[in-house]
Amino acid sequence: MNILVCVKQVPDTENDTIKIDPATNTVIRDGVQCVMSDFDRYALEAAARIKDSDSSVQIVVMTVGPEQARDVVKHSLSVSADKAYLITDPAFSGSDAMATSYIIAEAIKKIEDLEGRIDAIFFGKQAIDGETAQVGPGVAEKLGYPQVTCCVGVSAADGRMIAEKEVKGGIERVSVSVPCILTFAKPEWEPRFSTIKRKLAANKAVIPVLSANDIPSIDKNRVGPAGSKVKIKHTLVPEKKSGALMINEETPEESAAELFKKLSRANII
Amino acid sequence: MYAKSKDLWVFVETGEDGSPVSGLDLLNPGKELAGKQGGALTAVIIGGNNEAAEKACAECGADKIITIGGEEYARYTTDAYSGALGYLVEKYRPETILIGATANGRDLAPRIASRFDTGIVADCIGFEVEEETGNLVCMRPISSGSMIVSCICPGSRPQIASVRLNTFKKSAPSENRAAERIREKYHVQADSIRTVILEVINNKSARANLEDAEIIVSGGRGTGGEGGFVLLRELADVLGGVVAASRAATDEGWIPSSSLIGQTGKSVAPKLYIACGISGALQHVCGMSDSDVIVAINRDANAPIFEIADYGVVGDMFKVVPAFIEEVKKARA
Repeated sequence: MNILVCVKQVPDTENDTIKIDPATNTVIRDGVQCVMSDFDRYALEAAARIKDSDSSVQIVVMTVGPEQARDVVKHSLSVSADKAYLITDPAFSGSDAMATSYIIAEAIKKIEDLEGRIDAIFFGKQAIDGETAQVGPGVAEKLGYPQVTCCVGVSAADGRMIAEKEVKGGIERVSVSVPCILTFAKPEWEPRFSTIKRKLAANKAVIPVLSANDIPSIDKNRVGPAGSKVKIKHTLVPEKKSGALMINEETPEESAAELFKKLSRANII
Repeated sequence: MYAKSKDLWVFVETGEDGSPVSGLDLLNPGKELAGKQGGALTAVIIGGNNEAAEKACAECGADKIITIGGEEYARYTTDAYSGALGYLVEKYRPETILIGATANGRDLAPRIASRFDTGIVADCIGFEVEEETGNLVCMRPISSGSMIVSCICPGSRPQIASVRLNTFKKSAPSENRAAERIREKYHVQADSIRTVILEVINNKSARANLEDAEIIVSGGRGTGGEGGFVLLRELADVLGGVVAASRAATDEGWIPSSSLIGQTGKSVAPKLYIACGISGALQHVCGMSDSDVIVAINRDANAPIFEIADYGVVGDMFKVVPAFIEEVKKARA
C-alpha cells in the first residue's frame, strides 16, 4: 500500500518571528527559519502509525514549493518517509489555493506513474501560514476522490480507511473507500522524532525533482498568478488595540474585587 | 463559469434536528451585498427536514429560499452535500456564495470551488462590492492576524467566500416576512456516498463545545499544572463558561489538546475570554483576539497579552482567581 503525504514548508512562527515590512506591507521572509507546517507533521505521523502495523506500507512525501522546500521533504525522510518528491517550478510560484490543488492533483498522477497506485493521500488540515484549509478538499475534488477532513486518527482495514474525524461535540468514526484524501487536525498523540541513522540516510538520499515539464499534463495557464482566480487588491496592517485597562490594587483580593466591579458594571458578567 | 443571476447565496447549515447552526448571521451583511450586486438574497438549505430553518431564514431577511431535503442529508457528508449544492450551483449559477467557516463549511466550500474551477477566499471577516464589476471584495486576516488582505475573484463566478464564525450578528427576526420558496429535488444514492459513519463518540464535556461558548476561561504555562486547571474549571463553572488552554499547557499534558486555542488549535470569539497565566504569544492570540472582551491575569506586567486585553490584572492567578470566584459567589448569593 502506498500512502502519499503532502507537506508544506512554512515560516517558523513558534518564536513570533513574523515581521511586517512597513514600506511594502508584506511579510518579511528573509532570515526567517522554515519548518514543516504543524498539521502536516500529524499527517506524516498518521501514515507512520499505519506503517508500524503493516511494514509493507510505503510512505511517499511530496511538497510543492521553491528549491528550499527540499529541507522539509528531507526532514520527512529522516522521520518516517520512504520516498520524497520535490515539485518545483518558477511557473508554480504565486499560485492560489485552487491553482495549487491543481498542481498537486496533476503531480499525484505523475507520481502514481512512477510509484504505482496510491491508496490514500494525507494532508494537514491547513497550513499554519495560509490557513485556508482549501488544498486537501481542492485536490480531492480534482481527483474525484472522497475526503474526510479534520481527522485525529486513522487505521487501514479491509481495503478501506477508518478515520476518526473531529466533529462538534465529539468524534465520528468514518469508514471511507480508497483511494481517498484525509486531512489531519491536532490529535492527542505527538509525532515521532527523527533518528540519527535516518538523518544520515536522508542527507544522502536523492530527492527526485519534478518541474512543470516533467508533468506534461499540467496546463501552464492554470498555474501561477495568471492561473489563480483570487487576486490580492490590498494588504493592510490592522490597528492595534490601545492596551488593557490595568487593575493594580494593593492586594490580589482587592484587584479581584475591582475587576469584578468593572466587569459587572459593564454588564459583561 | 459565468453567472446566470446576480443573486447572492448564503448557505445555511443545519444541525441534525433541522435547526440552523450557521448562516443566519450571514443573511445580515448579505442583504446589503446582494442589493449592491443587484440580486436577491437567497438562503440555500440542505438537510433532513428544512422547515424550521426555512422559517428562520424568512424571518432573518432572505428574499428567496432554495431547499433540498431528504434522509441522506440528515447528517453532513461531503459526497451528499457537495452533490446537492453542486446541482444547485450548476442550475442557478449565482453571482456569489457565502458559507460560514464551520468545520463542515470548510469541508464543503473548497470542494465546490474546485468543482466549478472558481475563486474562493477563506475565513473572511468583512466584505464590500466593487460597483463597476460586481466583484466581491473579501477581507481576510493572514499571518496570524498581523495583516489583512482584501481579495477579489474577477471573471470567476460564483465567487465563493467562507466567513469566520462570530464575525456577523444575525438581525432581529421579524415574523410573517414573506420569502419566495423553491423546493428542489436531488437524490443521492446511498452507495454513491463513499464515507460511512460507523459510530459517533460524543464528548459531552464542555470542552468539546469551545466554539459555542460565550465565556471561556483559558490557562497557559502560568497555571503550573493540572491543579491550576482545577481552579480555572471552578471559575468557569461559576461563570457558566468552559475551560480552554494555550499550547504551553496542552504540550505539558495538563489538559487535552482538544482544548487548545490558537494557530494549531481552535479559533474562538466568545463574549468574554479570561486568559490566566498566558503570556500572549502570537500563535495563541490569533485564535482568540476576536473575543468581545478579553481579561488577562498574569504575574508579568510586560506580558504581550496585556496589549490585546481590555482589562488586565498583574498578579498571581492563584490569589486573584480564588478571590474573584468569591466575588462572583457573593454577588449571586
